[in-house]
Amino acid sequence: MGLTGLEIFKLTPRTNCKECGFPTCMAFSMKVASGAVEIEKCPHISDEAKGKLSEATAPPMKTFTIGKGDAERKIGGETVLYRHEKTLVNKPLVAVAFDDTLNAEEVDAKINNIKDVDYERIGEQMNAEAVLVRYGTDKESFLNILDKVSQLGKINIVYSKDASVAKEAIEKVKDTNPVLMGANKDNLNDMVAIASENKIVLGLEAPTLEELYDLVQAADKAGHKDLILNTTGEEIGKAFENTVEVRRAAITGGDRTFGYPSLVFVNDLAEGDEFMETALASTLVLRYGSIIVLSDISYKRALPLFGLRQNIYTDPQKPMRVEPKVYEFGAPKEDSPVLLTVDFALTYFVVSGEIERAKSPAWLLIPDAGGYSVLTSWAAGKFGGSVIRNAVKESGLEEKLTKKRLVIPGKVAVLKGDIEEELPGWEVIVGPDEAMQIPKFLKELV
Amino acid sequence: MGYKKTVKKYNGTINKVTLGTGEKAFEIGGRNVMPFYKFDGEAGEQAKVGIEISDEPASSWSEAFAELYKEAGDDTAAWAKLVEEKYAPDFICLRFDGADPNGKNKSVEECVEVAKKVADEISVPLVVAGSKNDEKDSEVFQKIAEALQGKNILILSAKEENYKAVGAAGALAYNQKISAESSVDINLAKQLNILLGQLGVKKESVIMDIGSAAVGYGFEYVTSTMDRILLASLGQNDDTLQMPIITPISFDVWSVKEALATEADEPAWGNQIERGIHMEVSTAVSCLVSGSDAVIVRHPKSLETVKKFIEKLS
Ligand code: B12
Ligand code: SF4
Repeated sequence: MGLTGLEIFKLTPRTNCKECGFPTCMAFSMKVASGAVEIEKCPHISDEAKGKLSEATAPPMKTFTIGKGDAERKIGGETVLYRHEKTLVNKPLVAVAFDDTLNAEEVDAKINNIKDVDYERIGEQMNAEAVLVRYGTDKESFLNILDKVSQLGKINIVYSKDASVAKEAIEKVKDTNPVLMGANKDNLNDMVAIASENKIVLGLEAPTLEELYDLVQAADKAGHKDLILNTTGEEIGKAFENTVEVRRAAITGGDRTFGYPSLVFVNDLAEGDEFMETALASTLVLRYGSIIVLSDISYKRALPLFGLRQNIYTDPQKPMRVEPKVYEFGAPKEDSPVLLTVDFALTYFVVSGEIERAKSPAWLLIPDAGGYSVLTSWAAGKFGGSVIRNAVKESGLEEKLTKKRLVIPGKVAVLKGDIEEELPGWEVIVGPDEAMQIPKFLKELV
Repeated sequence: MGYKKTVKKYNGTINKVTLGTGEKAFEIGGRNVMPFYKFDGEAGEQAKVGIEISDEPASSWSEAFAELYKEAGDDTAAWAKLVEEKYAPDFICLRFDGADPNGKNKSVEECVEVAKKVADEISVPLVVAGSKNDEKDSEVFQKIAEALQGKNILILSAKEENYKAVGAAGALAYNQKISAESSVDINLAKQLNILLGQLGVKKESVIMDIGSAAVGYGFEYVTSTMDRILLASLGQNDDTLQMPIITPISFDVWSVKEALATEADEPAWGNQIERGIHMEVSTAVSCLVSGSDAVIVRHPKSLETVKKFIEKLS
């Protein structure tokens, strides 16, 4: 829970010396309370007061950095339960699971899948961020597989309840800032020792939430505060309940004992049903998973899951937009068609992808449509005849073109008449409804 | 100190609405907690999953669907029957794609005929959806509501543009249930519920369709709208928002690229129909977790998965 302006004011020297840039200590304190200014801006605050403040204003849920280099990611750090309250900050990571029972072909197949599924979507690279290698009984196989998958350069998550095996495994990947899973009440001290020595995040697990809670406190006492909680539980219902309760205890319950990220073994819960895996993984994107463990990755699983995750982790205050202007594809000429779309980043991403796929030269004209999708901006009155006319006039396209053809999105076919009236000399062509059909459409147009 | 559960109690409850008649009739709603939070309180009726069929042949969707339903040929009623017997959905959603004035422009009489036949063949509740042409839909809906009196069907849907006609005929004159459709905005949803109330439609006759999108395609607005609606209806006991929610996710899912692109279009993406099912499952489940009390899917495998998911969480 944060401090109020008045409480912070009491921590200042109350001299109104103005060095912080504010006229009074009170004015400064109000700004600090609202999060707009750092307490460090006042040079006269005592360390003791700073300590008090940072404890009181510490976020309800810890943030950790895991992985190294390109693989480095943050987890945790959420401050709200619902995204309309405030932007969610650290998207859940996807880990692909390996265990020591897999043979070489099975391991290679998964490794290839992880490499294959790596693509861009609206400026974000989409792939599985982590690999998780689980030790069961075959140490040699486990360590071999770890050697192999750690070559991928992902976040390495080592899972072993046997502390001596865990120690050997962590030794192999310790330079990658890995995560160690598998600490329980029986092995806690040994596991804490490994995690502390390597300064890595440790994953705790217990049969019930009550026991997990006690375990967090025990780990804390043993001196390790960088933790992840395995909230999987025995079955799907329990996993959901655990994951919700842990997050809620931290965010609205103000209980920092559960103020840690969660990890869920969706692969185990789904029992080999890939569609169920997608169902559960999607659920956890919405309801509080921090690391989602899948049995494998493929495009059919990745496309919905990463799309959903990208949606949920966008800032609700500002829609993702692209600059309104003319974009060029394949060196368009004076007789190439002009395609029209809106400045919503998602729409631009989809449409530009298809024009590229079409491999035929084209202009893409984007007016200022408020950053909305085609139908939304049309319904909002931001994508009509006059907006489009102005965009065409300002684009300078008329001077460049000998053949003036404007292709409008099929979903706003009703605009055809309006635009024709606004733009004499232009041929207005209704394009297909879905961007997918653009390549075929352009081929037939030329 | 030991763990203390943070239970969240709300004072509002989602209305219960009944669809269908006889043994296969069901209720939705009745929840006073966030979806599937049975650990907080009364989780209400289990969420329901329906399957979409069309007055146009399955081949108008894709080869894969044509193959799946080939036994039924081009007979909509046979298709409905096959779906009920083979896949056991909670309800069937018959969509009148063919009524579209810019498409086949089937006559109202023709549509009513099909609706009657379908209703006769099935015992699960029937949901009828239109062609997205507000004017035509409202004519079709009025006549179907009349023809299927006593069947307790759900009409999908009444919008700001046609709620008077659809509400008056559907709910008032012929005692069917209606879905109030708005576009991903809590205030619009509320306003339409209020308008229907002013028209005299009882709240037990109204379900909401608050709008939908496929995951990856503006879905953040859908989930946030649902979150906000639930926090208002449960948390603030706002009775103008306590209608259960139905979301026809299949209407959006099967027209995005992930479901439409053939393997030739996107060789790396793998099997087209499986891609569609993953999209559908992800979207359906995301809606249910956010607040839908019923969803409509297109593929039987999606139905199976989503039903299993609901069982596990209920
Ligand atoms: C998310 C959303 C919103 C978000 C906005 C998100 C955004 N940044 O755009 C919010 C909540 C803000 C919103 C608001 C409104 N919305 Co809205 N919204 C949607 C929703 C759910 C998804 C839109 C989306 O992201 N689509 C994905 C993008 C990629 O689609 P797209 O831009 O159309 O692009 C596709 C095609 O058009 C094509 N394409 C695009 N460009 C081109 C170009 C060419 C040449 C070609 C060939 C093809 C092509 O390719 C793309 C993929 O195939 C839709 C419903 C739905 N499921 O679609 C409703 C929807 C678009 N909204 C609607 C409405 C009415 C509104 C409001 C007016 C409601 C209101 N009265 O307040 C407001 C308007 C905004 C305002 N006044 O401030 C209606 C529009 C109805 C209609 N037919 O006109 C819809 C259809 C919902 C509905 N069924 O009622 N909305
Ligand atoms: S610098 Fe510190 S002491 Fe000086 S006015 Fe600002 S808050 Fe007060």
